[in-house]
Amino acid sequence: MVASRSRRRDIRSYTMILALLVIWLVMFILTKGTFVTPRNLSNLFVQMSIVGVLATGMVLIIISGNIDLSVGSLLGMLGGFAAILQVAYHLDTVTTLLLTLLLGVVVGVIQGSIISYLRVPAFIVTLGGLLAFRGVLLAVTNGRTISPVNESFRIIGQEYLPKMPGLILACAIAALLLVLELIRLQKNHRADESGNARSIVPFGKALLFPAVVIAFTLVMNNYKGVPIPVIIMLGTIAVFSFIANRSVFGRSIYAIGGNKDAAVYSGIRVNPIIFGIFILQGALCAVGGAILTARLNAGTVSAGQNLELDVIAAAVIGGASLAGGVGTVPGAMLGALVMASLNNGLSILDVESFWQYILKGIILVAAVYIDVINTDKK
Amino acid sequence: MENILLEARNITKRFPGVVALSNVSLSVVRGEIHGLCGENGAGKSTLIKILSGIYPHGTYEGTILFQGKEFAPAGVRDAENLGISTIFQELTLFRKLTVAENLFVGNWPQRNGVVDWKTLQTETKKVLTEIGLDIDPRIRVEDLGIGHQQLIEISKAIRKKSQLLILDEPTSALSENEIETLFAILRQMKQRGVTCIYISHKLEEILRISDTITVLRDGQCIATKNASTLSHAELIYMMVGRELKDIFPRVKQTREEPVLQIENWTVFQNSTRLRKLVDNVRLAVHRGEILGMAGLMGAGRTELAESLFGLHQGLCSGVMKVEGRLVSFRRPSEAIREGLTYLPEDRKRHGLVLQMKVSENITLASLKLIFRLLINRKTEEDSAARSIERFRIKTPGQRTIVNNLSGGNQQKVVIGKWLLTKPKVLILDEVTRGVDVGAKYEIYKIINELVQNGVAVVMISSELPELIGICNRIVVMHEGRLKGEFVGDQVSQEQIMACAMSRD
Repeated sequence: MVASRSRRRDIRSYTMILALLVIWLVMFILTKGTFVTPRNLSNLFVQMSIVGVLATGMVLIIISGNIDLSVGSLLGMLGGFAAILQVAYHLDTVTTLLLTLLLGVVVGVIQGSIISYLRVPAFIVTLGGLLAFRGVLLAVTNGRTISPVNESFRIIGQEYLPKMPGLILACAIAALLLVLELIRLQKNHRADESGNARSIVPFGKALLFPAVVIAFTLVMNNYKGVPIPVIIMLGTIAVFSFIANRSVFGRSIYAIGGNKDAAVYSGIRVNPIIFGIFILQGALCAVGGAILTARLNAGTVSAGQNLELDVIAAAVIGGASLAGGVGTVPGAMLGALVMASLNNGLSILDVESFWQYILKGIILVAAVYIDVINTDKK
Repeated sequence: MENILLEARNITKRFPGVVALSNVSLSVVRGEIHGLCGENGAGKSTLIKILSGIYPHGTYEGTILFQGKEFAPAGVRDAENLGISTIFQELTLFRKLTVAENLFVGNWPQRNGVVDWKTLQTETKKVLTEIGLDIDPRIRVEDLGIGHQQLIEISKAIRKKSQLLILDEPTSALSENEIETLFAILRQMKQRGVTCIYISHKLEEILRISDTITVLRDGQCIATKNASTLSHAELIYMMVGRELKDIFPRVKQTREEPVLQIENWTVFQNSTRLRKLVDNVRLAVHRGEILGMAGLMGAGRTELAESLFGLHQGLCSGVMKVEGRLVSFRRPSEAIREGLTYLPEDRKRHGLVLQMKVSENITLASLKLIFRLLINRKTEEDSAARSIERFRIKTPGQRTIVNNLSGGNQQKVVIGKWLLTKPKVLILDEVTRGVDVGAKYEIYKIINELVQNGVAVVMISSELPELIGICNRIVVMHEGRLKGEFVGDQVSQEQIMACAMSRD
């Protein structure tokens, strides 16, 4: 029996949140508290931001039944491009960003059209991209690191939101979330006949998100403030979550991934949608590339290498199935956070880096296995 | 008796909600060709699945004796090893492997663990020559025509020295010549003592090739008779004659102006344009009428409907007009926009996204119509709630995953989905298939409501009583052509059947 998308998502989310808390607890103990210092948490979230940004797009691609193996190389290429524009052509930050975004979109158009209109499988096209974009990067950089970038550009990767404005913004968002949740609960409560025992839990949940927002900001402010890359990541999460849940485009993606035939028979046009997803992915790679270049203050030749594996793992740990039709943006974030926490903690403990790879692999398989068991049980 | 190869006694097979076979008994004499016929849903496939081991011993009631011993297979392999081979409509050949590799699949001649290619080729050639097939064993199966592929499938069974060969609709995809070749092979095998059960809709063929014929109807065995004593008409009567137990709500249908017209409508199977699935059809559907479409499986009804919906793009020719305007649909979204909708035969594969909620499925075809860019939750909830109420869809809630609903209710979700698009023409393909009696009645009521509101409904169905009970006009398709037209309640099932099977 097919488990409901929302039921599976719930179980998977709770399992993953549990796993996250366990990891944090273990790290807290092993690192004697260093792990949860504001400074480290700030670094943690910055470290996850690039994977996070890319995972929001990757989730949509996976839901639609496709895959994108080129994100690492594309991100590297676009990041290098941004560096070159500043170092070789002395362009200002805004122009650089716009041109980089444009290039990302163009690449997305190329990959997207080959996949949807020429019907070459996404696996192959993006595998080709993985190789080709790395090659382009090598070519235009001549194998050298391109640096330094503009001071204003560095803000994207290295700076923080000023503390006061950050806190005010956080409170505003928290208040907004609370109000929206309360309105939603009112509506459900009216429609729901039996509701006495249940009404406590939803109120608890309604307070949870706003509380997390404020707590998060306070912790970040304890160090240097909310990092800009994290803001960018949160922004993409919000946008793509919205697209996935509330737009016709997003609904169509789930339909195509869930049952392509039924989608076609229902009048959904598959090609433009797949095309669109890959264009979005191109834009996201541009954003990610900019963040990385800003952080490193340079465009490097190996930027983004193997990144696609982390991004795909994040999406899958977060609940996306490579068969298509299932997955969520918040889930992917959770997956990215789980892996970033692992990386970060092991770094603090000065564990050899090969453990990170091994553990990531184990967690990925374990997460999907849990999902398989849950599906079978129903 | 030594003479009886297979004896099935009092076979009953139940599925949740329906009894597929009820006390069916079958006796097959050694060395004969035993024909099995019945309408769609009569129970033929179920019986065959039991005999071939797909429904293993224990999943049905009754006993089966094969060669005098109890036949209780645990699966298909068991049945095969005992000497029963079944050739289904869906071939089980490996398209990328050669004829020789397929013929001996799982049993390739070996030498020290390595396949002995030489022996494989010679043995294959031997088998093929014995049968009379002149095919190079080294050709890949996918390079053969479908007719030859079917013959290879049969050769597989012969190679296994099966005692009983069960053929399920073997000629549905064969040309005249290939059918003759098949019959020659069957007769040859008969001479060598191989017994055969032959299932087919095509009455002339069954009458020609069989020694004995058994007729199933509604899961029961009607009669087993010597083929030479049977006439065409008698066979049809046995297959079809039943009292109309179902009650069909009937409303007065007006026939107003035509809302869909097609002329010289032809659909080719593929780009070679060699085989026609639909052949020069001329049809008009009027506002306020229910037009029934009868015909055997493979007659072209579904292909006709799909082509009107924009699905066989590039393979159609002819003229189509909606409300008098010339139209040409390249994809379903265009058809939907013009008010033409199609409810597919296979609702699970083509009609629903099973992992999605009821509400999400209901709005699936109207996303652009109702929402344009953003989905308004409230509107979606309201639309879904209204559909659930109107069609009495039994579901715990609109957020229930649609896979958890029963077949009948799933069908209602699909209907609700399409009606939300406010169609002018609604083509229903086997809309009540697999639906329980109560839900069927409700679906009929919905259809009647629609035509009273001016929608034109085309109802493709294999259930003749349903067509006669509801439609005011019935057309019959046969091998892609429109063969006949009848007035709804003035025609008998035999007349429709005869038209659907005729070859004039």
